[in-house]
Amino acid sequence: MNFPDFSDFWSWERAFEALPILLRGFGNTLIATVLGTIIAAILGLLIAVLLRVLPGWIDWLLKLAVAFVRNTPLVVQLLFVYYLFAMNPVLIEVPALVIGTAMIGVHYATYMSESYRAGIDSVPKGQWEAISALSLPPGRAFRSVVLPQALRATIPSLGNYAVAMFKDTPFLFAISVVELVTSAQQYGARNFAYTEAFTLAGLIFLAASYPTSLLIRRMEKSLAQY
Amino acid sequence: MPSTDSGLTAPGSTGPGSVGSDPAIRFQDVEKRFGDNVVLKNLNFSVQPGERVTLIGPSGSGKTTILRLIMTLESLTDGFIYINGSPLTHEERNGRRTALPPREVRRKTRQIGMVFQQFNLFPNMTVAENLIEAPMHVLGMSKADALAKARGLLDKVGLADKENEHPSRLSGGQQQRVAIARALAMDPEILLLDEVTSALDPELVDDVLNVLRRLAGETDITMLIVTHEMQFAKDVSQRVMMFDNGAILEDGPPEEIFTNPRHERTAKFLSAVLDQ
Ligand SMILES: Nc1ncnc2c1ncn2[C@@H]1O[C@H](COP(=O)(O)OP(=O)(O)OP(=O)(O)O)[C@@H](O)[C@H]1O
Ligand SMILES: [Mg+2]
Repeated sequence: MNFPDFSDFWSWERAFEALPILLRGFGNTLIATVLGTIIAAILGLLIAVLLRVLPGWIDWLLKLAVAFVRNTPLVVQLLFVYYLFAMNPVLIEVPALVIGTAMIGVHYATYMSESYRAGIDSVPKGQWEAISALSLPPGRAFRSVVLPQALRATIPSLGNYAVAMFKDTPFLFAISVVELVTSAQQYGARNFAYTEAFTLAGLIFLAASYPTSLLIRRMEKSLAQY
Repeated sequence: MPSTDSGLTAPGSTGPGSVGSDPAIRFQDVEKRFGDNVVLKNLNFSVQPGERVTLIGPSGSGKTTILRLIMTLESLTDGFIYINGSPLTHEERNGRRTALPPREVRRKTRQIGMVFQQFNLFPNMTVAENLIEAPMHVLGMSKADALAKARGLLDKVGLADKENEHPSRLSGGQQQRVAIARALAMDPEILLLDEVTSALDPELVDDVLNVLRRLAGETDITMLIVTHEMQFAKDVSQRVMMFDNGAILEDGPPEEIFTNPRHERTAKFLSAVLDQ
């Protein structure tokens, strides 16, 4: 009786050779995710606030823009902006990773703005009345009362979006950014070692996203304390 | 001397020399509607500086609405409210009723404090932070000054040891006393109290009322009080206004209204409250 020969599809040698290459790709994944999350979190808050304070038609324009970005695929947005810069001689050359990170940030900002809006709406009416009764100026009241309470309701979904962004980074392949999945794909093709490359890529994803989700749960708990 | 004033001064306001003679609060032909529901109609009354007035009346008669109009939590649909003689939200300009800019309204509401039935403390802040927030960011006090003042007030309401607690760790009665201290930290000239003990367990009511009794005895803050605690009303107020259907049915000293009501409606209302 013969045992299957694992060496047919798994070589430790290949795996060790692939690891540093994949980690380099993972560096780009991390940059896009972390900076993209920061961009999305700040821009999303800005959009949510603007939608509350802007008057009439500007508000309507912003809503339209948000709906447009949210309802078109990220890949299309990446390609559109990438080729806009690549084909237009007037515009300066911008590295694809920068374009990709910014666009992921903008795309997810439109989702996060909705979470912020829901969070702000969840602040009870009595809090707004106390703000008025103390004559607190709107800007200060927003920072010290409304936002801290809104974040309690918003942080969990911001965390979920950060994880979703992480998993969307392979789309950067479309604009030739070599992130984790693309580097696995390339290594696999060059050495005919797909199993090693993609197994490692999956493990790296898992190793990064599991602690992140633990961290998010921690943050939720600490926010729920008061 | 001919006035060079461009009409910015409302007819109800007077020069700075005669401020003392203006009522603290004056309602002039105030109307408040919610849609088709006319809650207050043609309401006129004045409250003198330092006066303590209790508003009584059946549910839905408009007591809360009156306090909320003064705090500008609701906007009046017609008429004017004057605070110390100057218009609160609207003024008569060139014969037209004109809204004042928000900044100017906030400048007036600074002199007015309100305590709510549901306390409405900021849950994300400690007790001390609740008390120093507005003095620092509205009055521009330094943190050290605001904190010193907050501690003095917490001492007065019997909660000196709670400054670093979050409101959720306090009982309802303690939360309400913090809310009173928070309102007082702004040094209001006018204090509005809307059924401040209605949400409390019966055994916690007295602590809160005693704080208010002491406040009434020690300060000359003008107070407008909505309460069903008739003994408390008798203790602190010089005047009771009985409302019915958004209009003043009776207006007089508590001894008179509580013992000798002129209207059948008032007598009925009082006996219903006392039965509870
Ligand atoms: N936000 C609102 N929208 C619509 N109607 C309202 C609103 N607030 C108050 N009203 C109506 O205004 C009327 C007066 O209400 P208000 O709360 O001033 O009465 P109240 O005298 O304080 O009663 P209670 O003793 O029950 O507190 C009621 O008919 C109420 O239904
Ligand atoms: Mg009421």
